[in-house]
Amino acid sequence: MLGVIGAATVDDLFVDVPATARLPGPVPGLPLHASEMAVERHFASLARKNKAASDHPFFLGAGAYKHHVPASVDHLIQRGEFLTAYTPYQPEIAQGTLQVLFEFQTQVARLFGCDVANASMYDGSTACWEAIGMAGRITRRKKAVLSSGLHPHYVSVAKTMARFTGDQLDTATPSLGGTDMDRLIGAIDAETSCVVVQYPDVLGRIEDLSALSAACQAAGALLIAVVTEPVALGAIKAPGEMGADIVVGEGQSLGVGLQFGGPYIGLFATRDKYVRQMPGRLCGETVDANGKRGYVLTLSTREQHIRREKATSNICTNSGLCALAFSIHMTLLGERGLRDLAALNHAKAVLAAQRLAKLPGVCLANESFFNEFTLVLPKPARAVVHELAAKGVLGGVSLGRLYPRVTELEHGLVIAVTEVVSEGDIDALEAALKEVLA
Amino acid sequence: MNAPNAAGWRPELGETHLAGDETFTGNRALMLEERLIFEIGDATTTGVDLDVAPAAPSMLGSLARTAPIGLPGLSEPETVRHYTRLSRQNYAIDLGLFPLGSCTMKHNPRLNEAVARMKGFKDVHPLQPRETVQGALAVIDELAHWLVTLTGMDSVAMSPKAGAHGELCGILAIKAALEARGEDRKVILVPESAHGTNPATAAFAGFTVENIPANDAGRVDLAALQARLGPDVAGVMITNPNTCGLFEPDLKAISDAVHAAGGYVYCDGANFNAIVGKVRPGDLGVDAMHINLHKTFSTPHGGGGPGSGPVVLSAALSPFAPLPYVKREADGSLRLVEEETAGEDQPDSFGRMVAFHGQMGMFTRALAYILSHGADGLKQVAEDAVLNANYVLRSLEGVLDAPFGHSGPCMHEALFTDDGFAEGFSTLDVAKGLIDEGFHPMTVYFPLVVHGAMLVEPTETESKAALDQFIGALRSVALRAKQGDPALKSTPHFAPRRRLDETLAARKPVLAWKGDKAEG
Repeated sequence: MLGVIGAATVDDLFVDVPATARLPGPVPGLPLHASEMAVERHFASLARKNKAASDHPFFLGAGAYKHHVPASVDHLIQRGEFLTAYTPYQPEIAQGTLQVLFEFQTQVARLFGCDVANASMYDGSTACWEAIGMAGRITRRKKAVLSSGLHPHYVSVAKTMARFTGDQLDTATPSLGGTDMDRLIGAIDAETSCVVVQYPDVLGRIEDLSALSAACQAAGALLIAVVTEPVALGAIKAPGEMGADIVVGEGQSLGVGLQFGGPYIGLFATRDKYVRQMPGRLCGETVDANGKRGYVLTLSTREQHIRREKATSNICTNSGLCALAFSIHMTLLGERGLRDLAALNHAKAVLAAQRLAKLPGVCLANESFFNEFTLVLPKPARAVVHELAAKGVLGGVSLGRLYPRVTELEHGLVIAVTEVVSEGDIDALEAALKEVLA
Repeated sequence: MNAPNAAGWRPELGETHLAGDETFTGNRALMLEERLIFEIGDATTTGVDLDVAPAAPSMLGSLARTAPIGLPGLSEPETVRHYTRLSRQNYAIDLGLFPLGSCTMKHNPRLNEAVARMKGFKDVHPLQPRETVQGALAVIDELAHWLVTLTGMDSVAMSPKAGAHGELCGILAIKAALEARGEDRKVILVPESAHGTNPATAAFAGFTVENIPANDAGRVDLAALQARLGPDVAGVMITNPNTCGLFEPDLKAISDAVHAAGGYVYCDGANFNAIVGKVRPGDLGVDAMHINLHKTFSTPHGGGGPGSGPVVLSAALSPFAPLPYVKREADGSLRLVEEETAGEDQPDSFGRMVAFHGQMGMFTRALAYILSHGADGLKQVAEDAVLNANYVLRSLEGVLDAPFGHSGPCMHEALFTDDGFAEGFSTLDVAKGLIDEGFHPMTVYFPLVVHGAMLVEPTETESKAALDQFIGALRSVALRAKQGDPALKSTPHFAPRRRLDETLAARKPVLAWKGDKAEG
């Protein structure tokens, strides 16, 4: 090969690198290559240092949920034709990915009660910020009102971005006493681009968005709904049905799994009339030269590779394979399966909440919930979580972890109960909590 | 689509024959047509087997769903068949050489898939108590150490979700650093050859983007850059090796000049594969660089993601790095620095970019790749990638115009143009012709600095035999474009679809299935 190239050594090909920057050997201070067996062994030893959700009674939620993923999902996403393909820039040989995206977009749009969805974002928190940015472009206003029930990480992301874009955010800390629907409606004014509300909210509460939607509409602001638990929409009304203009979400619950926080999948849906202000890739139907139906990436004049500094977002790579996993899981469920799954989650959560709320000194903060609720404990919940873990129970997310230094919330413990939680798991949590609180 | 009777065959009218290239179903043996789930599924079919919900009162208030959703279900065998059939309409690295320039489509080792699926990694919640996730934090810490050492930088922000998100991280760090200095610099300089994400990112962060020209050798024009530097320039975003596949030999001089003028240097690390283990960007004065774990470190592209874009930072920018990050305590245990302790640990952090802690599933895969290769193997990755690209360049420059072939070796990718094609023949025709030859086309029409660009990145995981096959195929297609073979204009002939009407798709967007079978 060097003969064809006309070089004496491979090093001669690096002639443009200044001699001072060219390392004479491997980067110093790092180990050399290792065998497959050695690498596997190293990871196995690290994996053992983690407590896996499936090995313990497990009740964590707060934006990431443990659901049973049918075995065929992981089998199918590991097909090399999906796993090792690129973004479908050459549609004639990417119809598999493209048709999946078209189906995925339709599934998401229907689940959220919207007209149209994109081909995915990085995750729920970045989708949420992108929605705020989109509302700003549509309304040409700079103030976003954020519900106190929006996941605190989502609020943090929005605050980071707003600091640099000059957007103004109206935020509040949640209260165990009730939601801040009145504050939201009261805060909408002529400068408001959007109101952002999580549904169900970070404490698990669900609330009708219709009045808020009407108030937004009257003021020319957009309503953005954030769904971190899409399974809930098998049991409760879709935000789009209640008038939300943009619905974003975290799709991790379906097909993707916990994975210590990523990769996840941002869901993003809206009304047809806003589609040209939407960020991210879109797949659309068309025909080929023989008139056969086919799919392509479309409306790319919104995107960075065409519009450069005028693009609606800088996003390029998204969460393609997670979209595939989400879509396969949703196809396996279908309407009936999703509704059954949601009913199962809700029933188990209700029975668990009833039992746990009877523990001495414990009360339930929610008037309504789907599969996640907040208990108010007689002592700070943060230490309780560690004590439960020491007893082998992964017992929920403390509000102290989510809202450090907010004294009024420190007794709150957010508990998620999905279909994977067994009666025995609830027994274990109840018994452990009783001991820890005694 | 829409089998059966795709051919419109009407035996009742006495039609007894199908054309030689037609079938009744529209299928062609192993090339199978597959309808949408909305056309084959229905609302009552399900492929899952769930426990029956126990009796319990509702806590849904007035919000119980009444309207149907419109989601079709398939049984498990139908589901497996649907997605298996669709998968076969995709090209993939597992099928053959995938020379997409700037995208680094290398082999994805399956060991990485296996370790990412160990339940201690895949089945761990991001908010578990820290004593229950020490192994997960150790993976992040270990990968961070490798990335910092390989790049010769000061620190790394691990949370960005992909390359463009990493760019945003670096640009926000620059903006935060300028704010801390009390300076309001507005301009980011970007070479004409930059990826589209660069100007989009800079504009998002409120900067004005100005282009800097290239010289005849395809590199940044150092004199033009120096002439533009001044108190309004926040920094430059530069890709190295650049998108023409060339190393920027003046990068250190550029960095020195930018620093002297009070600005910062962002390096787009999409092309790090060319120099990994061989050159440390920190030695060239870079202040921030994202690393696409899904390119250089082999995590699969998955048909468009997920990626992961950690950003290495210089000492000047490290204080502004985002939250969260992993910190080792005096007792050796690991913890996450989040908003709670940021005031003490990282008071100048620009904040959080994402919920939770980044792309753990990509971290495990990338670290497995890195440990398998080691410092020696990674150096060989760069050398083999550059060797392969130069072999392609020199094997084809006789038939395709190589605009910078005269200026010396390329790095990991070879750039060609449409110069010399027959009247009416374009780069697109070459790309579509390659599809019929069984190859994914190279990157086309990028970079924008040459006409009809074709950017070929073979990567290090291709053998000489595979390269020779590809070179032969591309040479034949290029000759047809130069000689004006009319059959090339209508390629692909043998793909699952002929050329698709992208204009129609954009003019009358159909972005969701609007049929009603699912509801019916």
